[in-house]
Amino acid sequence: MTETTLTSEAALKRLKKRRGKEWRFRLWGRASIAFALAALAWLLFSIVGTGYTAFQQHFMRMDFQLTESVLAPDGTRDPEILRGANYRKIVQTTLYEQFPEVTGRKDKQELFALVSASGATNYLRQLVYKNPDLIGKTVTVTVPASDQIDQLLKGYIKRDTPESRRKVSNQQIVWADILKERGVIKKKFNRILFMNPDSRDPELAGIAGAAVGSLMILVVAFVLAFPIGVGSAIYLDEFAPKNKFTDFIEININNLAAVPSIVFGLLGLAVFLNFMGMPRSLPIVGGMVLALRVFPTITIATRSAMQGVSPSIVDGALSLGASHTQAVFQQKLPLAAPGILTGSIIGMAQALGETAPLLMIGMVAFVTEVPNSITEPATALPVQIFLWSDSAERAWAERTSAAIIVLLVVLITMNGFAIWLRNRLETRR
Amino acid sequence: MSQVSIYMMLLIAVLTVSGYVYNRSSALTKFKQARAAAGGKLVMSAWHSQASYHGYFTAWIVALSTFAVFIIGLFIGGSGTGFNALWLGAIIITALAVIIFTGRQVSGKFRARTYVERFIKGLLIGLSVIAVLTTLGIIASLLFESLRFFKEVPFMDFLFGLQWSPQTAMRADQVGQSGSFGAIPVFAGTFLIMLVAMTIAGPIGLMIAIYLTEYASSGVRKWVKPAIEILAGVPTVVYGFFALLTFAPFVRGFAESLGFSVPTQSALAAGVVMGVMIIPFVSSLSSDVINAVPQTLRDGSAALGATKSETMKQVVFTAALPGIIGAFMLAISRAIGETMIVYMAAGKAANLTGNPFEAVTTVTVQIVALLTGDSDFDSPKTLVAFALGLVLFVITLLLNVVALTVVRRYRAKY
Repeated sequence: MTETTLTSEAALKRLKKRRGKEWRFRLWGRASIAFALAALAWLLFSIVGTGYTAFQQHFMRMDFQLTESVLAPDGTRDPEILRGANYRKIVQTTLYEQFPEVTGRKDKQELFALVSASGATNYLRQLVYKNPDLIGKTVTVTVPASDQIDQLLKGYIKRDTPESRRKVSNQQIVWADILKERGVIKKKFNRILFMNPDSRDPELAGIAGAAVGSLMILVVAFVLAFPIGVGSAIYLDEFAPKNKFTDFIEININNLAAVPSIVFGLLGLAVFLNFMGMPRSLPIVGGMVLALRVFPTITIATRSAMQGVSPSIVDGALSLGASHTQAVFQQKLPLAAPGILTGSIIGMAQALGETAPLLMIGMVAFVTEVPNSITEPATALPVQIFLWSDSAERAWAERTSAAIIVLLVVLITMNGFAIWLRNRLETRR
Repeated sequence: MSQVSIYMMLLIAVLTVSGYVYNRSSALTKFKQARAAAGGKLVMSAWHSQASYHGYFTAWIVALSTFAVFIIGLFIGGSGTGFNALWLGAIIITALAVIIFTGRQVSGKFRARTYVERFIKGLLIGLSVIAVLTTLGIIASLLFESLRFFKEVPFMDFLFGLQWSPQTAMRADQVGQSGSFGAIPVFAGTFLIMLVAMTIAGPIGLMIAIYLTEYASSGVRKWVKPAIEILAGVPTVVYGFFALLTFAPFVRGFAESLGFSVPTQSALAAGVVMGVMIIPFVSSLSSDVINAVPQTLRDGSAALGATKSETMKQVVFTAALPGIIGAFMLAISRAIGETMIVYMAAGKAANLTGNPFEAVTTVTVQIVALLTGDSDFDSPKTLVAFALGLVLFVITLLLNVVALTVVRRYRAKY
């Protein structure tokens, strides 16, 4: 073989260099993907790692003696008196009975701090309020332990830190261990997290109120955004004349999809709250704001779904004598429906994750009840996460992460369903 | 909304549906009668509209007229059983009158379908106009509140002032001292965080797009693409919490191990997390653009002996450059408008600095900080939030419109 310019030493060297460059370029690509996936993994692990323990919580199962002389000294069963009765004393007595040797005032206070004070008293109060006949009897009920004890027994409050630097005293650790050995303190599934609304005490706070609020907001947003999104898409694609105004609408919709969400919050604040005088913090206002936020997404998805339908179908309908409207609504739209559905699910997932616009319309209120209607103050799941994340205590971080896990599971389910739907349709077409 | 109005709306729905059913069946009956009279020879097409269109025609009018009565009732705003009974009666009578009147119209010549279709078209136009109204509403509300602000603080002082401390203006005893609303530190902070975010998201998002469109096998793509899309689906408040709880302390620990002292809230922590959030945005937009580059260009380059990466860098990238710039502009607009991550991780104190290890504040953070909580809507402290919102809207609008035009023109080119 004769030496040509392509096999000369210089050329071979150059080739090697070029192949090296190729290899490095490919490596950069892989590294970028690895970076993104690592970031995702870190995010998920850090949140799941902090949050999964919150799905279980420590409860205390004790026999509470509902002494009549404490709760209703004058023998009445008047609901007002029963409501204001001294349940704290009952809880204290019960707890002190576990450790008869504790006598000092300060020691007793420390012992009482083992149980969730407002959790236990509220539970007993509701029990007696619903069924006054229980007075004078002994009931065996399960009440939440305090958040400090919960964190201690989960191992987050380290026992080897000096006593002065942790929130649980040595004595309390001993008591908690004894109670656990006796089977009084038990770790159980955390019903509170799912059933309770927000609370000042981490051990009593749950996401029920926020979840219901989010659901209401989503329903309002969907009812408004779906017709607007689909309707404007049908108009722009099928009926609009080609003129400046149509172009203007089109630019508007594309731009609205990219406007920062907080601007929609400002719009809601200025128009719905200040101008129309609606109250703050209502799911209906939140739903309206988020409907404006997500309808462009639905419009864009609908348009691309409709453009994917083969024109021969509409032509066929027209040639059989259908009117234009009939061809669009009876032939084209059903075929585009799965794509529209996918876009709507993605839009709703977007709405479920939005926080900033809701902050603007005052959905940061501390709401301790599960809302009953869309015109009652409520909060939303992401806003609840934001509010909880503000508290520095370990118990709150755990609960915030648990709420995030719930939110992410819902979102991933929604998005996954949308992606699955899209893939299924892509392969079929 | 009271219980009564919810029941009223249900009633309207029921009346609408019954109007449809009644008139559709009356059209069918009349058609059968006509056919019987013609000795069974008449076919449906001799009628202008199908029976269901007669039904739809009635339903639309029933819905519109009863809803109008409902709204009138709402505006009069009476209460009590007597008023409600009257209201209810008015709605039912309107509906019945409409059903009977339109029922008489039913005939072969009546162009029910034409009217229904005209109505549908009007409705669709109305729905499309909502998009325009939303934009106008945004502009009007931002402009209106901003003008009120600029009456008290000169426009130039706001846009070019170097001192940002709006909170001090709240105290009533500070007569003569109006607080300072120089927004340059806020803009600088926004820019700094955007820069950090784009330093992460730009190259990484682009490389992911290139690798997935040009190199990856379909098996890899099938798994990696949805995984990266998950990053886009994570709510920003979750990123914020991650930045606050995990990443910011990590940055701080890392910097301290190198001998720097860094506050927990820093532009770097917020920027990097935001960058990760934007990666899927950049990568999906860029892969659309790269996919749009014609295969012939790649083939031509390969035929000349270029390696794949040379083709990518010198041919495809150059051809796709306008589209990629458009994608980056959209990503920048996203980064500027992002709120929760920066609110939770970047801090609220205005610092005029270029050092990413310091805490800075952004436009969106200031809007949230100034408007949450009890606010008195006449003080410059709350009005300035709308002025910031206006700046944010104008900048993102420009970026979006330019980027969308560039991307569209680029697509038309190939």
